[in-house]
Parts: sequence; C-alpha cells; structure tokens
Amino acid sequence: MAAREPTVNTLLALLLMAVPLVALAIGEPFYITLATRIAILALAAVGLNIALGLGGLVSFGHAAFFGLGGYVAAILATHAFNGEPLFLGIPGTTSMPVIWFVAIAICALIALPIGAISLRTAGVYFIMITLAFAQMIYYFAISWPAYGGEDGLSLYVRNSLPLVNTAKPLPFFLVCYALLMLALALFWLIRGSRFGAALQAARQNATRLSAVGIAPFNINLAAFVMSAMMTGLAGALFADLNRFASPSMLSWHMSGELIVLIILGGKGRLFGPVAGAMLYVFFEYALGGITERWQFFLGLILLGVVLFARGGLLGLLAGKVQHG
Amino acid sequence: MVEPVLEIRDLRKNFGALKVTDGVNLDLRPGEIHALIGPNGAGKSTLIHQISGSIRQDSGTIRFLGQDMAGLGMAARASLGLGRSFQISSLAPEFSALRNVMLAVQARQGPSFRFFRPVMADKSLTDPAMAMLERVGLAARSNLPAAELSHGERRQLEIAIALALGSKAFLFDEPMAGMGPEGSRSLTKFLGGLRREAPILLVEHDMDAVFALADRISVLVYGRIIASGKVDDIRNDPEVRRAYLGEAA
Repeated sequence: MAAREPTVNTLLALLLMAVPLVALAIGEPFYITLATRIAILALAAVGLNIALGLGGLVSFGHAAFFGLGGYVAAILATHAFNGEPLFLGIPGTTSMPVIWFVAIAICALIALPIGAISLRTAGVYFIMITLAFAQMIYYFAISWPAYGGEDGLSLYVRNSLPLVNTAKPLPFFLVCYALLMLALALFWLIRGSRFGAALQAARQNATRLSAVGIAPFNINLAAFVMSAMMTGLAGALFADLNRFASPSMLSWHMSGELIVLIILGGKGRLFGPVAGAMLYVFFEYALGGITERWQFFLGLILLGVVLFARGGLLGLLAGKVQHG
Repeated sequence: MVEPVLEIRDLRKNFGALKVTDGVNLDLRPGEIHALIGPNGAGKSTLIHQISGSIRQDSGTIRFLGQDMAGLGMAARASLGLGRSFQISSLAPEFSALRNVMLAVQARQGPSFRFFRPVMADKSLTDPAMAMLERVGLAARSNLPAAELSHGERRQLEIAIALALGSKAFLFDEPMAGMGPEGSRSLTKFLGGLRREAPILLVEHDMDAVFALADRISVLVYGRIIASGKVDDIRNDPEVRRAYLGEAA
C-alpha cells in the first residue's frame, strides 16, 4: 500500500501539467486559467496543510493570509502605476519576486501575534479565535477606501518576472506550477525533519511531547507562521491571476474553502491539497455549468468523504498514512 | 548525608475543599527506589503531576538537582532530566515505537527547529532509539505504531522513552498496572537494575513488586504521608496496616 503514494503523487503532478498543454493544443486557453487556479489554490492549501494536516491546528482564518498576499500584490502594483510612494518615499513595484518577498514577510509578521494569541487556546476556541482575527482584517479591508474598500483593488496588468512573459497564460501557469512544486518539496522536507516529528507528535499527543522536553507551543507557533507564509504567497499569485484583489479573498468563505480542499484531498498528505484543489475546481466548473447550486452537490460529496473516506482522495487512491 | 536528587518540602494542593496534597515532604536519593504507596484517591498521581510540572502546587517547594522547579513547565523539567511514565500510557499513537523513542533522543540532542534533514535516515537518532528498545525488549516491535502495541508493551515503551531522555530521575506512575504476572516479574527485574542509572520514584499498587524493589517506602493517605521508612518498618507499622495494607501483608 505504502509504495502507491509516490506513484499517485507523480500522476497528479503530471495530470495538472497536462491540462494547460492539452488546452493549448485544442485551442481552449480558458482551461489554462482553470489549471492555474488549481495550482494557486493547491499552494495555499499546502500552506494550511502544515498547520492543519501536520499540526492538527484547524485554522479557520487562513483567508487572512491569502488575502493579505493578494492585497500586497495589488497595492504595490497600484503605487508603481500611479507613481505615488507607499510611505516614507518607498515606491511601489510590479516585480513579482519583490511582491512575493513582501507578501511572505508581511504574512509572517502578522501570523506571529495571531498565532501567539490563538495557540493559547485549543480545539473549537482555536477555530473561533483564528476566524475572529481573519474577520477583523476583512472588515478593515472593506472599510478602507484608499485601497478600494468593498470594491477591491484592480491590477492594470499582471506583474512582471524577469525572462518570463507573465501576461501570457501558459508562462504564468508554469510560474505557479513551479512554486507549487517548490512548496510541496518544502512540505515533504519539513514533514520528515525533526521539526516535523515534533509537530506531528504535538498533534497526536501534546502531553507526550512535553514529557520528552519539547514545548508544543513553540513548535505549533513556528508551524502556524510557516503555514501563513506559504498561503500568503499563493494569495499574491491569485491576485495576479485575476488581476484583482478582492475582499472576498479575506472572508471566512475562503478559509472554509481551503479547509474543504484539504479534507477532500486528504489531510496531512503531501498531495492532498493538490488532489483537493483539482476536485474542487473541477466540480466548481463542471457542476457550476449545470446548476447554480453546485455547492449543494459539493456539500454532498464532502459529506460522503467525511463519512466514508476519511483519508480523502489520497486515502482512497494510496491507502493509509505511513509514518515509517 | 548525600544531597537528594529530588526534594519536596511542605507541598500543598487543594482541589476546592479537597486537600489532595496536604503538606507532603519527600525526597529521592541517588541510587534508590523510593516507592509511594497508598489507597486509590490518596493523591499519588496528583503528586507525580506536580513534580513533573503538569499541575502547579498551591504552596511548598520542589527542588530537582538543587534547583527550584517553581515556574518551570513540564517540557523544561523534562529537559533538565526528569523522566516520567504515565498511569495511563501516553504516547504518539500513530508513530511507530521507534519514532516515539526517537522523539526523546532528538529532544535530548537540542532544539527541534531543524527543518530539512530526514529523521529516518539520521543514525544519530535511530541507533540510540533502537538501543533503548532493545534494552526494554521491544526491538522486534520497533516498526509497529504505538496504538497497535499491547498494553504491557506500551508501558515498556514509555520506560524506553524515559531512558532515551538520559533522565537523572525517573517518576514511574504504576508501571506494572495491567501487566500479566510474567510481564510484572521481568519489569521488576529491569527496574531493580535501573536504579543504578538514576533513582526512581515509584508509584505502584503491586505490593510484591514494591517489597521486592523499594529501598524506602512512603505511604500516602488523603494527601498526607502517614509513614515513611525502610521496607520492613513500613510492613510492620500498625497504622499503615490499618490504613492500607490490611491483614494480607
């Protein structure tokens, strides 16, 4: 059973890569956008999977970081276009690497106090307090007219990357895909490392971890911050994909969506978020084409997964988790 | 007199009106097994919890290796060398026996903020962990998840973890509980040798094991130590016989 997981993962990675190539071949560039959407949502969920899957920290506030990443991209681009400095004479930028760096750094800075406060609670209180923080940021964004308020903030053109024409769908997909693969590699390394061992032990039995002399709080806080950084990077890409940072990126629906992706795909599994994002976007598109009430059917599917396939799609395809 | 490894002075803890620890004085000297016995509800586990740091006392002091433990949490005390086993086995259930021990080895080697090197390929973790499993006789079961081990094997695994921590004192809360006669006998033999590595504060209901192992015994009844001394003194103490041992002893 155990040996099947790498095969399944490879197939999923190839499948996601194949979608835009086929789309290009049959002249349907819209599917490239769908594949890019999958890659970005998967990236955001790989981030959440560190906290939720490995650490068992059910953050219902990761939209905060997704949205922050998006607003960083849009705000920096806006200032770059209108030529007004941000503050203290710092100019805006349309350079993706700079935007990514800023998005990741800001998410880390904001996740640190949110995590430090939220992690004093556990279980349902942790869920509620992370939700509360995210909603605070959401309401702050919609009440701040300088950056669009409820209307969100548009990007005039997609931000730029050296040597890559990001305005074209396929190169932009490849950028997102590469970052997703990088994030998956990081997740894999973290999961197998000493830190990952402590984090997974904290989820299974925090008392046990304390009894060997490792304080669960510090481990969980580091995981929460890393998790937020990855989700923030995905947010910056998402704003670039849509050329728009919407307050809905910050809303609790988004947090819920990320959790749903992980549950669908298989929590704690390396490719769980990828499988989950593929399923989610496929349903959104396929069912959404048939009925406006597609989320009702998604709900039924989610119910089925929770009741009959706890391990999600990865659990069905690759069997139970092996810890070595 | 030798400096005690663990020194408890006038420890008090109330749960509401219940005095669960009522002025306890206790020490653990190098090389000894000090058994703590008493009827159910006497406050033995609560005392262990206060020593290990999972419950805070209301007053009194706990000194370990000469250092006051006030303000130190469970993790900090464990890293100073206070190893414990739990009354009800407390393990990482999904991890294999080996990985459970590796966690202790890793904690002993320093901070766990190391993100890249895979633990399963790290001989500095797997070798000592395997050696500890061999010592407690669990080597053949090293790859099984802790949840799939038998009750007795989980107790052995907890002891292997405490060993791997390089503990300077052991707190064992009913290590024999639920073990068959065969398991009890071999664990008794094992603990008897272990005292040379570090002294053991042993909470145990199995009187055969206690009388075979203990250098000293303290009897806890309703949160108070009613007697403390050598095995024979305790065995013959009329108050202890009335309160706890009954006529069987």
